[in-house]
Amino acid sequence: MNRPIAHLGIVELSRRLSSRETSARSLVEDALARIAARNGALNAFITVCAEEARREADRVDAEIAAGQYRGVLHGIPVSLKDLIDVRGVPTTAASRLRQNVVAASDAPIVTALRRAGTIIIGKCNLHEFAYGTTGEESAFGPTRNPWDLTRSPGGSSSGSAVAVATGMSVVSIGTDTGGSIRIPAAACGVVGLKPTWGEISCAGVVPLSPSLDHVGPLARSVQDAWLLYRCLVGDPQPTPIPDEALPAAADLTLGVLREYFCDVLDEAVRERFDAMLQRLARAGCRIVERVVAHARLVMPVYLHLQLPEAAAYHARTLDERPEDYSRGVRLRLELGRYVLAEDYVRAAEGRMVLRDAVDAALAGCDALVLPTLAVPAPPLGATTVQIGGRPESARAVMLRLTQAFNVTGHPAISLPGGRTVEGLPWGLQLVGRRHRTVDLVRVATTCERLIAFQEAPMD
Amino acid sequence: MTVDDWLEAALADADRRGLTDLKGLLENLARATASLRAAPWNPHAAADVPSSSGWTEYHPEHAARDELSRPEDRKR
Repeated sequence: MNRPIAHLGIVELSRRLSSRETSARSLVEDALARIAARNGALNAFITVCAEEARREADRVDAEIAAGQYRGVLHGIPVSLKDLIDVRGVPTTAASRLRQNVVAASDAPIVTALRRAGTIIIGKCNLHEFAYGTTGEESAFGPTRNPWDLTRSPGGSSSGSAVAVATGMSVVSIGTDTGGSIRIPAAACGVVGLKPTWGEISCAGVVPLSPSLDHVGPLARSVQDAWLLYRCLVGDPQPTPIPDEALPAAADLTLGVLREYFCDVLDEAVRERFDAMLQRLARAGCRIVERVVAHARLVMPVYLHLQLPEAAAYHARTLDERPEDYSRGVRLRLELGRYVLAEDYVRAAEGRMVLRDAVDAALAGCDALVLPTLAVPAPPLGATTVQIGGRPESARAVMLRLTQAFNVTGHPAISLPGGRTVEGLPWGLQLVGRRHRTVDLVRVATTCERLIAFQEAPMD
Repeated sequence: MTVDDWLEAALADADRRGLTDLKGLLENLARATASLRAAPWNPHAAADVPSSSGWTEYHPEHAARDELSRPEDRKR
């Protein structure tokens, strides 16, 4: 069957590009046509770089025709969260404060993307300054979930997840401070990879909380995410992980995190998660229970690190232009100004204790496993969600399963787990050893094949 | 500063600055701060007076640093 090009992964697209079965220009035109058709309703892009992308595509096609094929990413359209500097293009951070701030140079990760030959198709909407989990507070209006336009796509990398889910770009680059790659990936049915802290440069990326910030890819498959990750860490010619390097199901031990992490969980997500574990066990994986010591202190530690770091970056504009922030973002930034230095130090100590606790939970396991999001995508405008008949803070619930690994720096990936009975995506999260992102990706690739579930882009 | 004193001062300051919407967030933060201060890794979580070993009981990196800081180790 002749599948639309937006349904294809990077390896197949690169085969077609290198053999000149298709052209970079046609990939770009396909992406631009999807943006033209869907962006009005979804609001995934703040800036579309149409003419630059067309020019770059023609240059790529000429290079390939001249035998100068650079590798699997040559000619692949990518989008970037609009926190990332691209020379000559505004970096708005979805804020009125930065609408006219044009980047003077490329961020190092953009230099790496250009070196690999990718084509930047545009810059994606986000929760203002990456400071929110829903993608609603943006100077450019809310991003909407393509599975249900009345719902949040998750955030803060909301536009990136929507762009990938709808084929507006093959892959996208996001950032993750408490779950901002993995949360929208789960809510939109795509893959989101947060590598080990510090692996990918955050230079030229507007910070939220530097000790928790990570850059990473959103993609439709683990393999596509891997190829982008390798590019972002500086590999000039990324290659797929060969099948023989993947663990067999029977060789995998997955440690389930229930205590604390599954205490506050929507029933639909719990039911799908338990069914998924049974499926992995039937396929031969060994499923064991694991506990992260002190997990109940994750949220207090996270807050006392994240809040003051964000407030410090924004201190001057908070004083001089407070009305230019969205209301919720401004309040969270102001809150950070009240955290005492002694409590920041206690949280810094807690980070090391929690890091050891996650390391200990990983002993004897290839990865830890838990849902990514405790609830399916919440309705736009919801400040609370109902779990077990009780109202819970939507923001706290959405961060609950992801923020621990920003505190500790462990790599984590969200895979599409299928859909709930309501037809909404949910995500399965795997957590690996620090500085061993490659091992986590290998495990995730095997699990992705066992799950045998991959969302096609929505047409 | 106790958490109660901190919260009282923070609420008064937010009120003075016209940030009345911060009240609920500050109260939630106060609960999180109380939990953080009661965490077992804090030197005085279990006693009125901090233990002489400070943070070291809960983290091996601190313990290793302490080992290296002993005079006999420095001579090696």
